[in-house]
Amino acid sequence: METVLIAFILMTLSGILLGCIIGAAAKFFFVKSDPRIEDVNEMLPGANCGGCGKAGCSDLARAIVAGECVPGSCPVCSLAVVGRIAAYLGVDAGSSVKKAAVVFCGGSNSKARKSVNYNGINDCISASLIAGGPKDCRFGCMGLASCARVCPFNAIEVIDGLACVHSDICTGCGKCIESCPRKLIRLVPETAPFHVYCNSPEKGVEKKKNCDVACIACRKCLKAAGEDQMKIEGFLAQVNYDNMPGADVIEKAACPTSCISSPENHFPGTLKKENAAR
Amino acid sequence: MQEYLELTIGAILVYNFVLSKFLGICPFLGVSKSLDTALGMSGAVIFVMTLASFVTSAIFNTILHGPVQIFGREFELSYLQLIIFIVVIAALVQLVEIILQKLSPALYSALGIYLPLITTNCAVLGVATINAGAARGIFKSTLYGFFAGVGFSLALVLFASIREKLKLADVPKVFQGMSIALITAGILAMAFLGFSGLC
Repeated sequence: METVLIAFILMTLSGILLGCIIGAAAKFFFVKSDPRIEDVNEMLPGANCGGCGKAGCSDLARAIVAGECVPGSCPVCSLAVVGRIAAYLGVDAGSSVKKAAVVFCGGSNSKARKSVNYNGINDCISASLIAGGPKDCRFGCMGLASCARVCPFNAIEVIDGLACVHSDICTGCGKCIESCPRKLIRLVPETAPFHVYCNSPEKGVEKKKNCDVACIACRKCLKAAGEDQMKIEGFLAQVNYDNMPGADVIEKAACPTSCISSPENHFPGTLKKENAAR
Repeated sequence: MQEYLELTIGAILVYNFVLSKFLGICPFLGVSKSLDTALGMSGAVIFVMTLASFVTSAIFNTILHGPVQIFGREFELSYLQLIIFIVVIAALVQLVEIILQKLSPALYSALGIYLPLITTNCAVLGVATINAGAARGIFKSTLYGFFAGVGFSLALVLFASIREKLKLADVPKVFQGMSIALITAGILAMAFLGFSGLC
């Protein structure tokens, strides 16, 4: 009985003592910090899983408040929570347009010509450093899935040697943009009716040698679309995403290489929707 | 001199905290995705382990080791060792975090975010109980704590470097992610087994 009592008294005393010391220290060494960091930290899951690449939730909260990361960086949060954080911080309050990543290339294995058999490391950056990957086009998607690996939401899938973004899963976090050594991926409004799936600045003849679905700059789409809705840079037509043309332009333009396509029709083969389970 | 050499080599290589004693596996697997965070965590672990072994060995040598007199009667308190160590280490790390934030913002930004993660880490508690079990003095305990932290850092940095390379490797689908990380950790531990018998 005496032992129990001693243990009880001793632990209570040391608990009180240590509590007082910490309390006093917190008072004495008080540092003013941004209260928003604390609030964002509350909203995050608090699992400290490191899935975002930061050293825990409080570090991510700091990064989000400082503007280094977007609220969507957390792969664990539901979209509702991400929305709450964004609303709390007033991020993206100006533009309510949901953006999604798009890979501006249509050269799947069956449409783009390949003259080498690439057996190197399965990574776009490595491939672009040594040989430029399997396809002849030096500007298109290599299909080695660097972007798919970096995507925290599994929204990118490589189908037939071409990276495709599931725009319904994509949160527009933009991580894939940095991962692509050919700068093929851009964030554009999800509502855009179609895209010009080509990125090559080469002349039409050159492009056509390498790929069946290249933009040959025939200007048909420019004529079909309204004024300023499409633009052409070098030998590459582009949709003006600030003033988007209607979906009927796809029909009217009758793109001779089928380079223009709506996002739904763009994917070669069918989409694996089970990916969306996450 | 030989004694100290054995202590350091033992703490870093032979009885490595992560790879031989299997303590502190959570940060070992959790914070080893990139070398940068691994280095930050390593610094924090060395710092906390050194500090914690100093404080706990001081408490051990004054109160817990041998009978103490309370109100003229003698009590043996060694059975309270574990719980006192837990409470003291947790409070200590909390205290250090608060003080660092005020006095050294630079050090805090480098270590601060990792400190709450290792407050109740088993490696930190492990170093305290191992010191107490071997009945080491304060100086030796602190030294052991420091080099145990260095050993942890070595394992963590090695593992993080391997995992960064692994990202590029063509891993079979069933082994991707945490499974290949665990297999790698196992092979790394087997490699460290080669040091056994050194001292």
